[in-house]
This record gives sequence, structure tokens and C-alpha cells, in this order.
Amino acid sequence: MFIKENILLAIAGLKSNKMRSLLTMLGIIIGISSVIAIVSVGNSLTASFKTTMENFGASNIIIYVREKGAPSDGGGPPSFIGSGAATPSESDLLSDDQILAFEEHFADRIKTIGLVHNVGAAKVQDGHLYANVNVIGTNEGYKDTGNIKLTSGRYITEKDVKSSRKVVVVSSQLVSNLFAPNVDPIGKEIKAYGTDSIDTYMIVGVYKYEASSFGPAIASAKDTRTDFYIPVSVAKETSVNKNYQSLTVTSKIDVDTTKFTADIQTYMDKLYANNVKWEGSAMNMESTISTMTTFLNTISVGVAVIAAISLLVGGIGVMNIMLVSVTERTREIGTRKALGARSSYIKMQFIVEAVIICVIGGIIGVILGIILGAVGSAILKTAPSISVPIIIISVLFSMAIGIFFGYYPASKAANLDPIEALRYE
Amino acid sequence: MNKENIIDMKNIVKNFFIGTPNEVHIIKDIDLRVKKGEFVSIIGASGSGKSTLMNIIGALDRPTSGTYTLDGIPIEDMADNELSDVRNKKIGFVFQTFNLIPRNSALKNVELPMLYAGIDKKTRIDRAKYLLELVGIGDRIHFMPNELSGGQKQRVAIARALANDPSIILADEPTGALDSQTGHLVVDLFHKIHKQEGKTIVLITHNKELASETQRIITLRDGQIVNQKCNTAGFKRYQAGVDKHSVAESEVEEPILQSDEISTGFETGNDLETGNDFETEGENQCL
Repeated sequence: MFIKENILLAIAGLKSNKMRSLLTMLGIIIGISSVIAIVSVGNSLTASFKTTMENFGASNIIIYVREKGAPSDGGGPPSFIGSGAATPSESDLLSDDQILAFEEHFADRIKTIGLVHNVGAAKVQDGHLYANVNVIGTNEGYKDTGNIKLTSGRYITEKDVKSSRKVVVVSSQLVSNLFAPNVDPIGKEIKAYGTDSIDTYMIVGVYKYEASSFGPAIASAKDTRTDFYIPVSVAKETSVNKNYQSLTVTSKIDVDTTKFTADIQTYMDKLYANNVKWEGSAMNMESTISTMTTFLNTISVGVAVIAAISLLVGGIGVMNIMLVSVTERTREIGTRKALGARSSYIKMQFIVEAVIICVIGGIIGVILGIILGAVGSAILKTAPSISVPIIIISVLFSMAIGIFFGYYPASKAANLDPIEALRYE
Repeated sequence: MNKENIIDMKNIVKNFFIGTPNEVHIIKDIDLRVKKGEFVSIIGASGSGKSTLMNIIGALDRPTSGTYTLDGIPIEDMADNELSDVRNKKIGFVFQTFNLIPRNSALKNVELPMLYAGIDKKTRIDRAKYLLELVGIGDRIHFMPNELSGGQKQRVAIARALANDPSIILADEPTGALDSQTGHLVVDLFHKIHKQEGKTIVLITHNKELASETQRIITLRDGQIVNQKCNTAGFKRYQAGVDKHSVAESEVEEPILQSDEISTGFETGNDLETGNDFETEGENQCL
């Protein structure tokens, strides 16, 4: 009951002194809004980065052949590699036999191995209907390593690879380009027009196409070039190179991927010990993600420190204004005591007032922070992410600041001698 | 004794220590009894110990020694919180400077002691409205203190003093900040409360004219009661004057007291001041 009266009284007091109230709240507003803004931008960056990485397959270990002496920076996905001047000869790459030997060596830890043989761009056409594709030869393991999410049908099987069946797994985008919504594309045959070949494939599966937020800007969804997965054996038929520059390993559950990556690296070092120009390199996405996360965390800690300082300064500002308020209202305090207010009530009145200042400042800070976070996310072209726990924590924290910095002035008010206070001019 | 004592003080002493050995004796062995329903004034020059005595009567301060029983409760050794409760329930303060809480409406100001007493909202508002009506500003209950005139502020303060139906109303120079005409209206209000509500009123003043209108006049000098005088005649004269005018219709232009009545009051006060008519034991006959 007292608290409700006190809250109303405190709000009336703040209203009667708007400029002063706002200036008092400023430190709290800046502190809270910077926390909210940075956390929401940081979260949205991390989330979008993680989504992208998970699409690549975050728990995968990527093994690739690269030139010796290339910077060992943890690398990136294999498609980023090999854009350099040198091209490895067939003997420098990993053969089917070597991969088989590798798989046997780590049989206890490997779940699947995904193989990729890029064929190149092609166009699937049926009369005036078309879809741009990127023909990729894969094996059955790529379903896991490539994080393929099928919406219907099945993926390429070991049998498809062994018998070089002309089957394909296409994107939902391709299906919507070529088929009416009510037609089941599974079992349909489509023609892919390459640079110097026309091949007919039977659709066995459809995967869900998701536009990558890191992908290049495209004219329209219709023209998007989507992956067109065919058996790796079929892909290699037309290719001179039969060996692989990279392969992706999915480890079994409970395998320590960092340790496993190191072990694979040792294995590859042995394999390429005699190769003067090329080496096998192993990396996993987890380390890349953790590097990025660490970086974001470092920024967050930096901002948190700034915010903490701002909140401290804000809190001291609140304490200062509360001390002024106690002095200004000495006579009021004396009157209240004469009317029978206990010291504890006077103390509560001033603490509530400090808390109200801080909470209102905190709420303004939260709103401002959400706006700043949304603007920041828009600039970085990521989806804004609002963290409800952080908002709740912020408001609670500003409340705590109010109690902490309001306590001393409130005690001062509560301990005033009523006679002295009544006599105060 | 057919009437109980609301205030019963025995051998009250108050010393202040301004560093040893400078002990200042502000109140020296005061015995004071005020009966229920009495309208008493305490007069004295500056430095006579008036304010200190008022603080002790009002439970704002504790005596150095002596016993003080307020409405049957010994309060001289009470802890701060207990004294707060005594002030809240037993005493209604009226100050020279009104001391309304700024930013609180007249209604909220009158509600305040009841809020501290833990009375529910509806009862508070009903009683505050009734009291504001009683003091004649029922039409301004939502006015802020800075929207009220001095006399109106003091009326709110009086209503506030009555809020918890206290045993005594303790008024410290209630007309000190008002012009004489408004001051008279406020005094009329005290008389009305005394008569209608049967309140015990202790008026502290250095204004002998005001004192001359109360039932008993206690004169303080150098921390001691030097004179106690029943003023039944003056009081009755005043009442006769007041009854001609209704306090509720308080915005009247003409002074309520005739000049000869005022001068009579002055003479009474002068008699007291000289101490010629010393009758300390005569207090029981005042009512």
C-alpha cells in the first residue's frame, strides 16, 4: 500500500521536474541502451553466421589438398581454395583408393565421407520452362556432410554411385520453376544442357532450397542457380580428373572433432610427406565459429565495460540528485515524521523514488537500445534479434542501481531529526 | 478529578549539552496537566523554552528526566518508532508555516496521517473529505498547496491534524504567518473544533491576544512555568463573540471580535505576565 502511494508520489515528483529527471536518467539510459543495442546486434550477427556455417556443416571436418606454404589460417570452405595460380596434377590429389584406406583407418570415428566432384553450370530446360543449376557430383555421404534437407524422395545412394545411374536430386526452386504445383516431380525426367553436352536425368529427390544470406545478390528467385546433385561416378565420366581435391568427413557422435581433426592432419602429413608441392590439410568449422564467437564476445565484453562505467556514473548521478532532493525536502521530511511516519517509511519513500528514476531510465534505455539494435542490424543486413532475458536483466539491474545508489540518500533522510528538519529553512 | 488528564507531565527537565561542561537547562522541572477537552495556551517570550516544551508535548523529543503520560500512556522512554506511532495517532500538529506536502493535493495531505496509520483508502478519502468540509474548504479538496491562500493552507493543515482523531491538537503559532484577519478566522476554526469535536487543544504562541481567548493560559519564562491562570471569563466572552458568526461562512470581511473585547484579552494577558495573580493550583477549576 505504501509502495503504491510512493510510486505515484515519485512519478508526480519526476513530472514536476522533467528536465532534471531526464538528465538524471541519462547515464542509466546510455548504459542500458548500449548494452541492449550491442547484445542484439551481436546476437543477430552470431545467429546469421552460425546459420551460414551450419549450412556448410558445422561439425564437419574438411580435408583438402593445397599448395605447401599457403597460409595456414584455419582456411575456409574448400570452394574458396584452389583459386590460386597452381593446379594440382592428378597424382597430387586423393584417389578413391586413398580415401578408402583413410576411411578404414578411421573407421571407428567416421560416420560418413562426403565426396564432391564439381561439373559446372548448366541449364535445365523443358520448352519455355527453365532453371539454372550447378551440376555437382556427390556420393551418398554428402547428404550428411552437405546438410541436405530432403522434402521428398531420396538422396543419391551407394548403388546409384556404383552403377553410375543417371539420377538427380534437385532443389525445391527447380521444381517450382519446371513443374506445376500439383505435379509430383519424383520419377520425372529432365534434360540438363551443359556447355558441350545434354544429359537426361531422372529426379529421385527434392531438397529444400534456402537462400544463403552470404550468397551473391541475385536478380530473382527464378534465376537462382541451385545445386543439382548427381552421382559422383556419373560426374566423373566426362571429367579428365578422377581424383578429389577435397572431401568432407562427418564424425560419429561423441567424437572430439578437434582431436579428430588433429589426427587426420597427422595422417595427411604422412600421406603427403614425399610430395614437394602439395599437402593435405584438415580443418573443421567449429574452430572457425568459435574464433568468430570469441571475437564477438570480446567486443561484447568491451561494450559491457563501457556500459558498466556508464551505469556507475549514472548511478552516482542518481545518488547526487537524491541527496539534493533530500536537502530540498528536509522540511517535508520533518513534517512527515511529525505526522507519524516511521524512519523506515521515509527511507522506503526515497528508495522507491530512486528506483523509479532508474527503472524509467532503464525502460527508456531498453526502448532506445532496441531501436539502435534494429538500426545496427539493418546496416549489417542481418535479422534483428531481441533478447528478452537481457531486457529483463537490464530492467532488474537498473532497479538494483536505484536501490544501491538510493540507499544512502534515503538513510540520510530517514535519520533526520524531526525537530531539526522542521526548523530547516 | 472528574475529567481525565490528557497530558500529565511531572518534573520534566530538558538539558542540552553543547560540549561539557556547558550544559544548558532549557526546561527546568515543569509540571503540567491538561484535561480532556481543554483549550490551553502556552505563552512566553523567545528563549523561554516554549518550543522545547512543545517538542516534548508533541513526542518529537524526549525529556532528559521526568515523566510524561499522554492519554494514559507513559511516553518519556519510548523508542523512535513508538514515538512515531504516538505522533501519528495521539497528536495533531498545526505549524506556523503550514508544512503541507507540496505536490500533494489538499485531500492527499489530509489523507497522509491516515495512510501512515494503515487505514484503507476508502475510509481515508471519506474522512479527509469530511474534515475538509468541516474546516470550510470542501470545494477545494483537489487543489495543490501552491494554489491555496495562507488561510486555506492552514485550514488544510488543521484538517490534517484532525485526521486520526488525535487526543490533542498541538498548534505552534498557527497564526504567525497570517495577517491578523485571516489569523482570527483560523483561531475561530480552533474554537469551532474545540466546541464541535470536543478536541483538547494546546496553543503555543507569543501572541497574548490569541492566548486571551483560551480557557487557561500558561506562562513560561526561563524554562519554568511562572503563571497558570484560568481565563474562563475571557474564553466565554470570546465564545459569545464567535457564536454570532458561523465559522463555516468564514470569508467575512468584518473582524469577528470587537475592539473592546480584544483589549480585555490583552489586559488579562498582562496580568498574567506580571505574575501578580499566581494560582498554579487553580487549574482544576478551569473547566
